[in-house]
Amino acid sequence: MRNSKFMRNFKLGLKDLLLHKGRSILTSLGVVFGVGSVIAMLSVGEGASEQAMDHIRRLGSNNILISSVRPSDDSKSGAEKNTRLNIYGLLYNDELRIKQSNIHVVQTAPAKIIKKLSRLGEKKLELRVVGTTPTWFEVVKRPFIVGRQIMQTDLDNHSAVCVLTEHGARKMLATENTIGQTITIGGDVFEVIGILSSDEAEGAMQTPDQRTDAYIPINVCRAVWGESVFQRSSGSFLLERVELHKIIVEVDDMDHVEETAESINAMLSRFHKKEDYHVNIPLTLLRQAEATKKTFNIVLGSIAGISLLVGGIGIMNIMLASVTERTREIGVRRAIGAKRSQIIMQFLVETVVLSGLGGIVGILVGISIPWAITKLTGMPTIVPMYSIVLSLGISMTIGIVFGIYPAMRAANLDPIEALRHE
Amino acid sequence: MPENNLIVLKNIHKTYQMGQEQVHALAGVSIKVPKGSFWAIMGASGSGKSTMMNLMGCLDRPTSGTYHLNNRDVSQLDDDELSDIRLQNIGFIFQSFNLIPQLTVLENIELPMFYQGHEPDKCSERAREMVELVGLTDRLKHRPTELSGGQQQRVAIARSLVNDPPLILADEPTGNLDTATGEQILDILIDLNKKGKTIIMITHEDDVAKHAPNRIHMIDGRIAEREVYIA
Ligand SMILES: Nc1ncnc2c1ncn2[C@@H]1O[C@H](COP(=O)(O)OP(=O)(O)O)[C@@H](O)[C@H]1O
Ligand SMILES: [Mg+2]
Repeated sequence: MRNSKFMRNFKLGLKDLLLHKGRSILTSLGVVFGVGSVIAMLSVGEGASEQAMDHIRRLGSNNILISSVRPSDDSKSGAEKNTRLNIYGLLYNDELRIKQSNIHVVQTAPAKIIKKLSRLGEKKLELRVVGTTPTWFEVVKRPFIVGRQIMQTDLDNHSAVCVLTEHGARKMLATENTIGQTITIGGDVFEVIGILSSDEAEGAMQTPDQRTDAYIPINVCRAVWGESVFQRSSGSFLLERVELHKIIVEVDDMDHVEETAESINAMLSRFHKKEDYHVNIPLTLLRQAEATKKTFNIVLGSIAGISLLVGGIGIMNIMLASVTERTREIGVRRAIGAKRSQIIMQFLVETVVLSGLGGIVGILVGISIPWAITKLTGMPTIVPMYSIVLSLGISMTIGIVFGIYPAMRAANLDPIEALRHE
Repeated sequence: MPENNLIVLKNIHKTYQMGQEQVHALAGVSIKVPKGSFWAIMGASGSGKSTMMNLMGCLDRPTSGTYHLNNRDVSQLDDDELSDIRLQNIGFIFQSFNLIPQLTVLENIELPMFYQGHEPDKCSERAREMVELVGLTDRLKHRPTELSGGQQQRVAIARSLVNDPPLILADEPTGNLDTATGEQILDILIDLNKKGKTIIMITHEDDVAKHAPNRIHMIDGRIAEREVYIA
């Protein structure tokens, strides 16, 4: 029953608005664009940050990434600079120490990385060869397209086996049929046992999962190429000796990642005189990304707030004009017996209908803009549900907040004066 | 001591402050209006007719004096209470009809019932009865602007009757109409009076006023002369 009265209020409000269609449409445009831009901006922002987060998440939010870093040249004496052998980086023992030193460490995966020209049939490609252990595939969880991972038995038997990565595999025209066939890596022959799917997202962070990685047992890698690598450096060759390029550490719980990283860092610094390694925490990056997103949302929220405020003021302006224009009508309604509160209600319904409809149209606009952006540029966008609910709520609130003043003006008109108004 | 008077005005003053000067729009008006009577208020422009009608219509409060409507003192009620009195007891008819342009004939007539909070079905049913009474059944969905002056005034009469108030106040109801149409509107008012409504009508035309059995002449905010013909 109340519902039918509400519906009538709504219908009457709509009727008054339809009397001035053009004006009503222009008035609600402020809210339409306000709401539309809020949703569009949030969607684009959400899409971008979701992409970044996803990338970071794929590195593993439970993981700690330790990389070898060539120490800066400034720290070296002149004599050292001339040395042709450059020894630095993570040691095999470091992995052992990490495993043993901290109770939160679940497992570790080492990576010994060498670039090697490889050949599969007629196709040649420089691959990033990663010597590692089976734990790698457990720590860096990426699906296999075909085949299997490196097993402990491969290490035990010193098997020359290799797992390719999708992107590199495609370039070398490797397919399902390539499994079991041989590939030549830097002159040595390996059996292809699996193909991993590529990490498509290209983030700023240096990940060990390059798209042309070829994974081989770490002991095979050591046996074939040894510990030293020739590095081309400013025209001359430099011999580098790096035992491990990366160690990925998996921690039992996300809450322990940061403290574990700190204790590993402290422990490693006792064994490394030079700063030749770096500890990275994807979780921290995730947190940073989340913080950035929060800031971004606050900025967006302020812009949105301002545009909606402008929209609201537009509505108030028009409603004030409408009250003046309809002074006589208000007088008639008061003479008939309408209370002040009923006049307020009438005008509030109108502004709320105006801003509410503006909000709904704005939501449609706000959804279609990111859709078009994704369609045209391929940029990912996500329309967050909360942005729709929020916008609708805000536009209704604007209707009430900016409608109340004109409504009060209408209600406080003197009925006799109002009736005399031309 | 309940009386059979619908309206009792006792020494009503209404004074407006215009800068330094005081304008005595009403300067001591006393009158008793029995239930079911029909009155015409006459007088020159500025003599206080509208001011008196606004007071009787509870749109305004007197500066001094008392006003009893239906044996209830309404001289000093607040805005909401006065609104309620108007809603239940008074139907207004204006010179310029004052229909609401964006509403249809039916919706205009329903409006007072709407403010009383009746269910939509009941409103529309009762409004249709009123439309029938004033003979505009074929114009229910029309807008006021699509009607002639006489038709608009009939809609206004229907609207004033829909809540079944005892008192109808009409400020120059025929002022904007030609003589023939004015006569028709008057006939409706006379008919309503016969059905028991108390009617007070402002007019400056003798031809119109002569239809009312009771006539008041106002000069400078006072009742100068009354002609009362009560059986
Ligand atoms: N709101 C007002 N403020 C000041 N003076 C007013 C106001 N309303 C009416 N008056 C004055 O009161 C007198 C009576 O006015 P009114 O009742 O409208 O006369 P009538 O309807 O007979 O022409 C006039 O002199 C008018 O100027
Ligand atoms: Mg007048």
